Amino acid sequence: MRATDLIAILPLLVLAATAVVLLLGIAIHRSHALSFSIATGGLLLACISLAPASHHLPHPVTPLFTVDGYALFYEGLILLSSLTICLLSRAYLDARKLQRCDEYYLLLLTATLGAAALVASTHYASFFLSLETLSLSLIALISYVRGHDRPLEAGIKYLILSGVSSAFLLFGIAILYAGLGTLSFSSITHASLAGTALSAPPLLGGIALVLVGIGFKLSLVPFHMWAPDIYEGASAPVTAFVAVVSKSAVFALLLRLFTATGAFHAGPLTIVLGAVAVLSMLAGNLLALLQRNVKRILAYSSIAHLGYALVALLVGGPFAIEAVSVYLVAYAIMTLGAFAVMTLLPPSDSLRDADLIDDYRGLFRSRPGLSLAFAASLLSLAGIPLTVGFIAKFYAVASGVDGSHSVLLGTLVAGSIIGLYYYLRVIVAMTAAPLIMQDDQAARAGGVHQGVLGNAVVAALVLLLIGLGAYPTPLLALIRASASMTLR
Amino acid sequence: MLLTWLIIAPVLGGFAAWRAERWRRDLSRWIALATLAAELGLVIAAATGSGGGPWLAETRWSWIPQLGIAFRLDLDGLSLVLVLLTIGLGLAAVVSSWTEITERVGLFHLTLLLTLAGVFGVFLAFDLFLFFFFWELMLVPMYFLIALWGHEQRIRAAMKFFIFTQGSGLLMLIAILALSIVHERATGTLTFDYFALRGAAASSGLAFWIMLGFFLAFVVKLPAFLFHSWLPDAHTEAPSAGSVILAGVLLKTGAYGLLRFVEPLFPAAAHAFAVPAMALGAAGVIYGAVLAFAQDDVKRLVAYSSISHMGFVLIGVFAWTTLALQGVVVQMIAHGISTGALFILVGFLQQRLHTRDLRSMGGLAGPLPRLSALLMVFAIASLGLPGLGNFIGEFLILLGTFPVNAPITIAATAGLITAVIYAVTLIQRTLHGAANPASPSSLADLTFRETSVVATLAAAILWLGTYPQPLFNLESSALRDLMMQQPGGAGAPQPGGAAAEVAVAPKVITP
Repeated sequence: MRATDLIAILPLLVLAATAVVLLLGIAIHRSHALSFSIATGGLLLACISLAPASHHLPHPVTPLFTVDGYALFYEGLILLSSLTICLLSRAYLDARKLQRCDEYYLLLLTATLGAAALVASTHYASFFLSLETLSLSLIALISYVRGHDRPLEAGIKYLILSGVSSAFLLFGIAILYAGLGTLSFSSITHASLAGTALSAPPLLGGIALVLVGIGFKLSLVPFHMWAPDIYEGASAPVTAFVAVVSKSAVFALLLRLFTATGAFHAGPLTIVLGAVAVLSMLAGNLLALLQRNVKRILAYSSIAHLGYALVALLVGGPFAIEAVSVYLVAYAIMTLGAFAVMTLLPPSDSLRDADLIDDYRGLFRSRPGLSLAFAASLLSLAGIPLTVGFIAKFYAVASGVDGSHSVLLGTLVAGSIIGLYYYLRVIVAMTAAPLIMQDDQAARAGGVHQGVLGNAVVAALVLLLIGLGAYPTPLLALIRASASMTLR
Repeated sequence: MLLTWLIIAPVLGGFAAWRAERWRRDLSRWIALATLAAELGLVIAAATGSGGGPWLAETRWSWIPQLGIAFRLDLDGLSLVLVLLTIGLGLAAVVSSWTEITERVGLFHLTLLLTLAGVFGVFLAFDLFLFFFFWELMLVPMYFLIALWGHEQRIRAAMKFFIFTQGSGLLMLIAILALSIVHERATGTLTFDYFALRGAAASSGLAFWIMLGFFLAFVVKLPAFLFHSWLPDAHTEAPSAGSVILAGVLLKTGAYGLLRFVEPLFPAAAHAFAVPAMALGAAGVIYGAVLAFAQDDVKRLVAYSSISHMGFVLIGVFAWTTLALQGVVVQMIAHGISTGALFILVGFLQQRLHTRDLRSMGGLAGPLPRLSALLMVFAIASLGLPGLGNFIGEFLILLGTFPVNAPITIAATAGLITAVIYAVTLIQRTLHGAANPASPSSLADLTFRETSVVATLAAAILWLGTYPQPLFNLESSALRDLMMQQPGGAGAPQPGGAAAEVAVAPKVITP
């Protein structure tokens, strides 16, 4: 291992080192402020270390990882999202007056490490290990804020389902290994070039099982059952982490599987994935209509959004990396925006975040700033111009048109139209008169510790949301530059 | 640059009006008025800046070069006329809601001005991406205008309006993308520029389907028969100012789209589709008029009459003869003025009677002479009395359509008779007959502010009906330019001549 190898994986090393430092710090002195500072500092440092890492691209580091423009782009997305969530967690945890919050940041760091390693993986072993690092940290993170039994229930649910999906994934990997004799992603390409029949039952089955594992993590229909319950049960910043960091990392990996190996384009898999996309878009949007809980609405909306991103992936052709990257960046910004507002709102009682639609009634009067930010995020999720969500939807529709795939395109349009209804429903609730008496609400608002930090994060997210919506050129340039430095 | 200010100014003015509410309520109204007055100055300055040719002003900046998208605004006679209409009705909307809106006054003027900014963008954008951008953008503030300040069923109406127009907008997005991808495959450059795409799809087998995507988005907005069900709800539930902007301006964006995009971009496909489209128009003319007659809610009556009037526009556009197009432009302006004025008058009535129900009106001619006289003027304008603007529009459309398709023209002419029935019924049920015993005993007639707004509109419609020549002079060269696009023929002259070379070189999309 040479020095350049170490520089290439510097962000991962920084994250791991920060986790160790934090662990030692907790052993010496427990302090929320200290743990928060170490975690934030580590994440910032990891972001900065992306710069030296970008000098030698693309750069294979052992057979397990490849650091290329693509990997660094997604590492940046993951690190910035984690940083945002970390900043939001401070006020959130303070407001809940937990006894111990230190391990929360530790778990956040290890989960981020797993996600960041995932996007650089080019080998099934590193893929599986990174995914497990992410998932195991998430299980603990989901049930960390134990005000009552719902986080615990969500944690157990995630543990069981995640275990099952890992078993599928592992079995799939084993079958692929049995068939090809290697665990490298690129082996599949060589196999297909060498004429090994990829549509032969064992290999195809292996690929299908791997896709089941990935589908679970992305909560694509029909593997979506866990998403609403876990979104609802976990505390708002953790939900944001599951929705943004975990899902975009896994989607980035799926995209790499697609581009690194020609195998996923061929044969019946495309049809199956197309069906998964159609079902995700339809079921996500239709089931969201029935919800009263904003977290559940966002869960179903994220199922639908990953369906849209899957359209960009499936029919994008050479255009796919760009389209999917734009989509995932937009998805991260707007989902973080929505959850950031939810994090800053006072809990509706000691057990629950402000997650019922009724909790949002009258918000336009009592907290105009936050409610405007929430409305902007929702409009972005609905794909209205001047928000980054519109650019994302534009890319998804463009790849659908480019690939002239009318079924996917039609579902995308139908799904977006249905989606408008439930996003608007939340916005309408914010404009309506509040349910609670005025003085009661004032009492609630008075007891909140909100802080400048949280407001600054929300403001930054909204600026980004609108800024990139109005002028996406820098983002597109960045994505093109990183895609050009990708190892195919 | 002036054209960009035309869009930025209402945004800035809107935010100023919003903040100004803290000091004085009236201040935000005055700021809104001042902003619109400044707009008027800007557009006149832009229009008189250059000499000759159909193109009066243009602005072009690079925006998203990776996708061949430019920030491109142009002004020709057609856009100029519609921008002037928008400014005029915007002024009328602000003045007429002076006492109607008492809650969240600043926010109201912000949403109103933002809607207008979006509409200006729609009328000026000549990059299809930019056009779509503004097309969707103007809906959001309009949605809030209805949802926050509307009447009883406002949430439902706002939702319906938003979903109908957004949904059809997505079809247009697909059509825009398909058109530019067809162009990219033929020429290798990805662009959304209107002039580059003119005739791009002419030879493609997809032309018909792409045209249909545009067509659906525009006829939902127009709205044509079968696509109209959002309109009566939205118009009825919106506050008066909202109804004025909806009927007067937003419906015109649909007609503008048909004129500017459907016909010039797809001449052959549109020609092949002319008969069904015109039949849809004729059906709308009669259907709207018959349903207007059956309404008890005054606002719904006016809303259905809009469907009838816009049916004529649809017929005229697809007849595609010089006379019919002249008529279409006059009809758009006249309908904007007359329907806008009717909604304002109905708003005044509602402020006084606290109802819009025709069954509880009657005998208002006695206590409200000024309002009654003005209501009379616009009701008969609506039925197409010669001497008032609507007559010129409808007459020219029918005259221009007759050589193209006589049966549809004859069917549409029947709409003129049904229009008489609903307009006269409106007058009869509100102004004449016995006074309703339940209505307030002392009714105040229109104030000076109210009278001056509606009287100005009345003067405008009378001018349009008696001497429309200045309007023809303004838009005739623009219409000539639109019609120059023959099926499969060479493109029309670009604005700016040599400046066209400066266009951002769009890159091929494949990485």
